[in-house]
Amino acid sequence: MSDNDQAHIQEHIKVYLTVFGALAVLTVVTVLASYLDVSSTEAIFLALAIATVKASLVAGYFMHLITERQTIIYILCLTFFFFLVCMFLPLITHTDHTAL
Amino acid sequence: MFLASEVMLFGGLFSAYVFLRLAAPEGDFAYWGSKLNVPLATLNTLVLISSSVTVIMSWASLKLKDFEKYKLYMGLTLLCATIFLVIKYFEYTSKFHHGYYPSSSNFMAIYFTLTGLHGLHIIGGMIVMTYFWLPAGNKLWHTDPEHFTNRIEIAGLYWHFVDLVWIFLFPILYLL
Repeated sequence: MSDNDQAHIQEHIKVYLTVFGALAVLTVVTVLASYLDVSSTEAIFLALAIATVKASLVAGYFMHLITERQTIIYILCLTFFFFLVCMFLPLITHTDHTAL
Repeated sequence: MFLASEVMLFGGLFSAYVFLRLAAPEGDFAYWGSKLNVPLATLNTLVLISSSVTVIMSWASLKLKDFEKYKLYMGLTLLCATIFLVIKYFEYTSKFHHGYYPSSSNFMAIYFTLTGLHGLHIIGGMIVMTYFWLPAGNKLWHTDPEHFTNRIEIAGLYWHFVDLVWIFLFPILYLL
């Protein structure tokens, strides 16, 4: 392995440790945010927003998604689309049922 | 593709959670959620995040041709996974002790289903990583280091996915 490759991996390690710190801080922030006096809709939005940031950090840096091939990105975008469909189906059904 | 199918598996259950929550009486999920132990779950979140770092450090160690460090970091990953399961065991037994079972409420049903399936994924990951940690599994390193490094990278991707699922399970079950 060349010195260049070694330096490249060492740089990656620094990023991993920084991301770890960010994830730990965001975990504490999630718990603290749950004690805020806000409506349940705001609480859900806040908690999911923080969870999405944490998930993006894990997927982007630990799973190397930011440097991944386009094909993989497309497959994951498609998966994410169907995941969202799964999430919105109950909402549509609920809206229909309650005639909102 | 395997991870995509896993996203849809958990996606279906997350969808069931949304469905049950929307249909539940006002405050029902918050009431049952308050029966869960937030400090233990927070600790478990930190343990799982730590294991994500150690598993990627084990891969980075192989990239740096440092096999001893790989063994150390993979061992730490397995330790974190064990701690996670032990904490989960205490959480479950505490619920049973207080008479809370999957049949107690819709919340408890989806709680045990989601965390149980997630726990099974932890056990599955531990089996694979233990194999790669033991001499029987890591002998490939001595004959084809690049192949072995790729295997650890794939195992790591799976492990990060398990971490990702928990990142969403933690707030929706324990905090909302």
